[in-house]
Amino acid sequence: MTMSEGELAIAQLRFVREHTLEQEPPPASMTGTIGWLRQNLFSSPFNITLTILIALLALWIIPDLIRFLFIDAVWTGADRDACLEGVQHRAIGACWPFVWERLPYFTYGSYPIPERWRVDVFFVLLGFGVGWLLLLNAPRRDLGIVYCFIVLPILSFILLNGFPAIGLPYVDTVLWGGVLVTIVVASVGIACSLPIGIVLALGRRSRMPTVRLFSVAFIEFVRGVPLVTVLFMASVMLPLFVPEELSPNKLLRALIGIALFASAYMAEVVRAGLAAISKGQFEGAQAVGLGYWQMMRLIVLPQALKITIPNIVNTYIGLFKDTSLVFIVGIFDLLHTIEVSRIDPKWATPVTSTTGYAVAAIFYLVFCYGMSRYARMTETRLGKSERR
Amino acid sequence: MSIDLKAGSAPATVPFYNDPKIRSIAYQVALCIVIAALVYGAATNAIDNLQRAHIASGFGFWDNTAGFDISQTLISYSNLSTYGRAFWVGLLNTLLVAGLGIVFATILGFVIGIARLSKNWLVNKAATTYVEIIRNVPLLLQLLFWYNAVLKALPDLRDSVKMPGGFVLNNRGFFLPDPLPQAGFGFVTIAFFIGIVGSIGYYIWARKRQEKTGQQAPVFLVSLGLIVAFPLVVFLIAGLPLKFEYPQAGRFNIAGGLEVLPEFAALLFGLSIYTASFIAEVVRAGIRAVSHGQTEAAYSLGLRAGPTLRLVVVPQAMRVIVPPLTSQYLNLTKNSSLAVAIGYPDLVQVFTGTVLNQTGQAVEVVAITMAVYLAISLVTSLLMNIYNERIKLVER
Repeated sequence: MTMSEGELAIAQLRFVREHTLEQEPPPASMTGTIGWLRQNLFSSPFNITLTILIALLALWIIPDLIRFLFIDAVWTGADRDACLEGVQHRAIGACWPFVWERLPYFTYGSYPIPERWRVDVFFVLLGFGVGWLLLLNAPRRDLGIVYCFIVLPILSFILLNGFPAIGLPYVDTVLWGGVLVTIVVASVGIACSLPIGIVLALGRRSRMPTVRLFSVAFIEFVRGVPLVTVLFMASVMLPLFVPEELSPNKLLRALIGIALFASAYMAEVVRAGLAAISKGQFEGAQAVGLGYWQMMRLIVLPQALKITIPNIVNTYIGLFKDTSLVFIVGIFDLLHTIEVSRIDPKWATPVTSTTGYAVAAIFYLVFCYGMSRYARMTETRLGKSERR
Repeated sequence: MSIDLKAGSAPATVPFYNDPKIRSIAYQVALCIVIAALVYGAATNAIDNLQRAHIASGFGFWDNTAGFDISQTLISYSNLSTYGRAFWVGLLNTLLVAGLGIVFATILGFVIGIARLSKNWLVNKAATTYVEIIRNVPLLLQLLFWYNAVLKALPDLRDSVKMPGGFVLNNRGFFLPDPLPQAGFGFVTIAFFIGIVGSIGYYIWARKRQEKTGQQAPVFLVSLGLIVAFPLVVFLIAGLPLKFEYPQAGRFNIAGGLEVLPEFAALLFGLSIYTASFIAEVVRAGIRAVSHGQTEAAYSLGLRAGPTLRLVVVPQAMRVIVPPLTSQYLNLTKNSSLAVAIGYPDLVQVFTGTVLNQTGQAVEVVAITMAVYLAISLVTSLLMNIYNERIKLVER
């Protein structure tokens, strides 16, 4: 078979590639900053609109915030005149001298000035204990638990409340205030709620009907009412229920209210953890001859608590924020000291309230955000053993 | 290998105190005795203490004259009304702020929760910042901020901000025109209810037809027409039977119009914004709990993005979202009791605040207040259990 001339010409025109071309780099619009922008901010008309709206919102809020907190802020001054627009003839932002002057009050409340070193020592002792427990690779964390739950409470009580026998004069809790009270209330709540919560959770899963009944009744009752009413109950009803001479002081009443409230929530968190432990673990523990408490202490609770750590910390965050409610029953926690200071005629200006609230917000934000970061870190770390 | 059966066949002699049944009964009896002793001690002490302080007991105070005023009343109330009336005023105020708060928090929470899943970096980061900041600052602080730093810092009466449409804003509150229905407005109301009944009927009909023939009907558009457009047309035909009473600024006060108290506004803002950050997290978790395979399967069946979301993702996400969402609603209702800090007359402020101070009957007053919240919680969780039972995944 021979080819015609035309076919030959076509055959010669055919082109077959014999080697592969170098890969082209992706178009500039798909890589680098531009690509990222296109993909993340301007992928569709709807997204473009959203991006512009959010950007406008940010441009509206952030510069004002920075101007208020830093640029227009007053840094030094002796009284309200420093922060008054009419006196200074300029736009006034945050009134920081108010905070500098009131900082001791925000920290210690009315704690007697010569005794304030005791509060500082308490903060250091507490910080040490918390660090010991929180650092997952700190040595002898079992001793840390003994320190935090037995040694520290006794030491703190002696330090803060006073022990005249060893030369520490007695300081009435009415004088306590500010960050000190916030930290004391939060620590007591945190320290009490876990053990009581575990007992309640075990009670709710108990096979004994009366134990179950009382646990359920307590948990559901406390979870069904607002903390404010629990605090009211603790502060106005509790004194009625005990003999007059044993009547607890105001702070102790609030502490009892907070501890009971937090325990009920903690019980539900622990119960969820217990429910997640497979039945085989219980049966295995019983098969090797462990009694109820041994089974719980050695087999079930360690596993249940481990998986609930994030939820426990979340409950603690809630508790930490809720400590601000003791304000309502007349205890001088941080928020209350700020609330009192901001209307003090010496510093009362249009910006004082906002400055005071900003300080409180930063304080709570740092603590709560720190806790939630810690919870997330622990979660990833504990999750490592589960991942394959 | 042989086992000596005889050794094992001797009846085991367990001392009675090691018998689990007897132990269990002993523990329970001990627990009951302890609790009974506590209750008895508390009761006798309470009676002693109350007698010493000359405080009456019992619920007799319910019908006594209250003698104090309440700044916001949804039902008629004066200082000559009874404590019982004050209770209802407070309860209604609580329910009002909680109800509105739930609506706003849900809308805001869903928007932010979806924004947190957005692929748009800026939207995503903005939503995350919102959630992280709002969640980590105590609600009480936020309420005080809204009330003292924002609403109380508004211009005073003389420099009131007057907005188009007759709205007036100053540090005494937000005043809006009060709509006063005139003769003939009844027809509009009737039309509205007809619209609602009609759209329910249409929905049922459309559903039946879809099950039979597979044809879909524009339920949303028709309902919108029936509920909004139809009453509107009736309103126009009836000759606009609605007048507005505009707030008038006087020398010392503002007369007429609807008044929104700054306390109410601060509480509503605070509760909605705070709870929205929690709802956002609930929504995000719920949507992420629907596996991606569901979306892909829906796409491969030929559904577009909208119907996929509406018919496949959302119904499954709701199963995860609704239980924690309800508990957020309950939290919002309970948190509304923080009204006491800014002076909004809710149940706690009126009852455990003023009434408790006047009567001194702590036990009764706190018990009534707690019982109300407890009842709300228990009824909600009962409904929740029924709902959970209904939407439970039916598995093989």
